[in-house]
Amino acid sequence: MIEALRAVFARDLAIAFRAGGGAGIGVVFFLAIVTVVPFAIGPDLPLLTRIGPAILWIGALLASLLGLDRIFSADHEDGSLDQLLLAPVPFELIAAAKGAAHWVATGLPLAIAAPLLGLLLGLDAKALGAVALTLLVGTPALTFFGLVGAALAVALPRGGLLVAVLILPLAVPILIFGVAATNAAIGGLVPFGTPFKLIAALSLATFVLGPIAAAAAIRQIRD
Amino acid sequence: MRLLVEDLACVRGERSLFRGLGFTVGAGEALLVTGPNGAGKSSLLRLIAGFLRPAQGRIVLEGGDAEPSIGSAAHFVGHLDAVKGALSAAENLAFARSLFGGGRAHADAALARFGLQRLASIPARMLSAGQRRRLALARLLVARRPLWLLDEPTSALDAEGQETLLALANEHLSGGGLVVAATHAPLKFARVRELRLGGGAA
Repeated sequence: MIEALRAVFARDLAIAFRAGGGAGIGVVFFLAIVTVVPFAIGPDLPLLTRIGPAILWIGALLASLLGLDRIFSADHEDGSLDQLLLAPVPFELIAAAKGAAHWVATGLPLAIAAPLLGLLLGLDAKALGAVALTLLVGTPALTFFGLVGAALAVALPRGGLLVAVLILPLAVPILIFGVAATNAAIGGLVPFGTPFKLIAALSLATFVLGPIAAAAAIRQIRD
Repeated sequence: MRLLVEDLACVRGERSLFRGLGFTVGAGEALLVTGPNGAGKSSLLRLIAGFLRPAQGRIVLEGGDAEPSIGSAAHFVGHLDAVKGALSAAENLAFARSLFGGGRAHADAALARFGLQRLASIPARMLSAGQRRRLALARLLVARRPLWLLDEPTSALDAEGQETLLALANEHLSGGGLVVAATHAPLKFARVRELRLGGGAA
């Protein structure tokens, strides 16, 4: 059973990082958003520094929505989903392994890239560290929330936008606590621990509930 | 081991494909499901695999080693080859072996059986339709599963590939395996029976 899950994880990761796999697109999109915002706001560095963590979080949120719909629909289109359903492993665990691979391929690079992009916004070292840390803890919640949307997208030929529209409202709490934790770390009235623990809790809860909901959706839709 | 289907009904999109369908497939037996396009051949295979839920009736695999479901005792080769173009042929097979907890035959041996060993390391997207089909069929060999569900297994296969498939299926049958194949071609399996769907006389 562990071997099967490891195989699913390794396969999805290999596909993501090979040519045309789309693992790098999220980071490039993240870079594009963060670069464009200063053009809209103007050359006001103190303002950029103040709202920098929020910009980085919004950028990471939007970037993590890219490619979500492909988690299951790519397997659905080439017949691999049938094979995954025949595995002697509950599909919930396979969905969790696929979600984990998707996070390593798309979520983790965002957390790693965030401090570099933060330099563009004039953030100081403390803020850069806080953004990276909160994204590291918060992006799994985005991925595993998205897993449910990805499962629903299997039924739709062009489900990408719909997944984004479905998931974005659900991701609002993650965004709120993520930005709150970052601001708290930089120096605010709220203690850092409270919002940080909440995003950690959201990540853990979605890690458990997301795959269960996704597997239920896949079974229902494919019937 | 015996596959037992009783009073099975299948409804797809409010359209009844068949009802009151019953048959058994014993160990070492092959069932050829034939019938016109749209008669429900593929749906029947997907019902047996557990991808679809029957509108009525039941499907049981008797005498298995307490498998949790028919699906985990079955290999399914459908219209789609389930081959990942970004991975090589060997990687595709190695994945199937790990997924199904196989180990009986090495992935290399399965590739060799279908004459794919020279193509093992190139990305599967470079393979032709027939070679992809061979790769999908090679999956039958990476893990021992008693029930083979084959949906048009010979499509895109050349004469040599069809012979290989036939030989493999006959080996599987003589080892007590079960084969249910939806087909238009008259496949000459050993101990074969035919189930004709459609025309209201299912």
